[in-house]
Amino acid sequence: MRIFVCIKQVPDTETKIKIKADASGIDTAGVKWIMNPYDEFAVEEGLKLKESGKATNVTVISVGPKTRIVETLRTALAMGADDAIAVDAPEDLDPSTTAKALAATIKAEGDYRLVLTGKLAIDDNAASVSQMLAEHLGIPHSTAVTKLEVSDATAVAEREVEGGAREVMQLAVPALIAANKGLNMPRYASLPGIMKAKKKVIKELTLDSLGVSTEETRIRYQNYQMPPEKPPVKMIEGDAATQAQTLAKLLREEAKVI
Amino acid sequence: MAHVLVFTEFSQGGQLKKSALELLSAARKSGLKIQALALGSGSKNLADVLGKEGVDEAILGDDAAFDQYNPELFTEVVANVLNEKKPAVVLASSSTLGRDLFPRVAARLNTGVISDCTELEISNSGDVKVRRPMYAGKCSAEVAFVNSPIKIVLMRPNQLMVEPSATAKTATVEEIKAPVKDLKTIIKEVVKGTSSKLDLTEANIIVSGGRGMKEAANFKLLEELADVLGATVGASRAVVDAGWVPHSMQVGQTGKTVAPSLYIACGISGAIQHLAGMSGSKVIVAINKDPNAPIFQKATYGIVGDVLEVVPLLTQEFKKLLQQ
Repeated sequence: MRIFVCIKQVPDTETKIKIKADASGIDTAGVKWIMNPYDEFAVEEGLKLKESGKATNVTVISVGPKTRIVETLRTALAMGADDAIAVDAPEDLDPSTTAKALAATIKAEGDYRLVLTGKLAIDDNAASVSQMLAEHLGIPHSTAVTKLEVSDATAVAEREVEGGAREVMQLAVPALIAANKGLNMPRYASLPGIMKAKKKVIKELTLDSLGVSTEETRIRYQNYQMPPEKPPVKMIEGDAATQAQTLAKLLREEAKVI
Repeated sequence: MAHVLVFTEFSQGGQLKKSALELLSAARKSGLKIQALALGSGSKNLADVLGKEGVDEAILGDDAAFDQYNPELFTEVVANVLNEKKPAVVLASSSTLGRDLFPRVAARLNTGVISDCTELEISNSGDVKVRRPMYAGKCSAEVAFVNSPIKIVLMRPNQLMVEPSATAKTATVEEIKAPVKDLKTIIKEVVKGTSSKLDLTEANIIVSGGRGMKEAANFKLLEELADVLGATVGASRAVVDAGWVPHSMQVGQTGKTVAPSLYIACGISGAIQHLAGMSGSKVIVAINKDPNAPIFQKATYGIVGDVLEVVPLLTQEFKKLLQQ
């Protein structure tokens, strides 16, 4: 049975973000791109399921500018994914359109047991595409999953909720599982894996070929701004007792947060 | 006329969450008619307080089937309510539940949803202006709805002011029940968290510890400080990965994004992945023995010193201050 893993390429956390002159987005020149960290957990889980005989094929899909997202797809192939699909789309495609493009891709590919995603992407932190995709596919979903057991008919997912509580959900398969940290430890690509990945053909699709138009856009990010300059830190001097006393006073009288 | 619907979360004790009061305050400012939707046992008892909060119409699902969040069930019920009521704007908290539920509801209704908003204005014609952090708070963006008949806004807790309601109303009540349906999603078990404190994402004050705490046992110093302040304890990735505390306490990338009024970072150097999760905090206190730790660049107040010595003293100082 097949597993689809949806992955997104995002700027490396360490990358300095610059805003375009017209404030319509970030300047991507010089940005170092990585696989969204939560998506690494999703890829790893797909590979583990295949290794344990719960899947026969792991296909990774990404939506975005083709020339750049193929890098991330190759990384997933090098980790051990069987196939990769690149859906060429403009930068900053909104969650609604992205979910429709992913759903159209998966529907066109045929039967599957699971769709795996990361619980959110660290660039816009929208945490929307997974649930939207599950809705378009008409399958149940569970997000922030830290433990997963898959059988023929069900997926049992443990997810982290507020206050450190956990829920155990049983979903009929096919189902969508959005991975959280803790689900597994993503592997590094091996050298033979990297060599093999280089030779693999990445299937290329377009939004047009999927019948998805940017008319599906429901939200648009605009008028980007850098955060206001923070005043310099006020260092509190003296011995520990004086520091503690001064800080408590400042928090109450100056910052008014106590 | 355009109206706004507020999805109000409440505690098991039947109290509206602070985030719900924040949303209701914002809804009142718009001058629009307000509907509130609350799901779960005891929601019927909310009618009075919702009226006092300026709600015109309360849609209450006082049904034990709603006591445990089930994405499939909640999507069905909430999408049906929105379809019927057709509010111009929906306000909900960008909580664990809100973030899981509303994107699916939005997809079903073919409308837009904007999560994790930190700024919100609603006009009296039902237009909304929102802004949210992007790229882990390195910048922010305004977000516009496009072709969205219902604009769903998920607000980060602690961003909007709770204001007293000047217009007490008597809310009309509409009761709804959970539909009887075969679900593909079954909640098998709920393992309660060990903490009775607010979740990190909702906490108004957070006391967070890193490697500088030296060992897991020293987190009890942070617990004591947190108890005095009514705060929740968080942690850096380093100590989560070291197994000192569970992942549910992690602040930062691959942990929680928080924006409390006060964030006290104890023995946390301030790796960019940590800053990504807490730089939106209003006031940041950094206590670290290394004067060059990056955390000081983000801090409002800094103390160079040994956390194990400073934290207990701080606990004493706050105790004195709060007793006055």
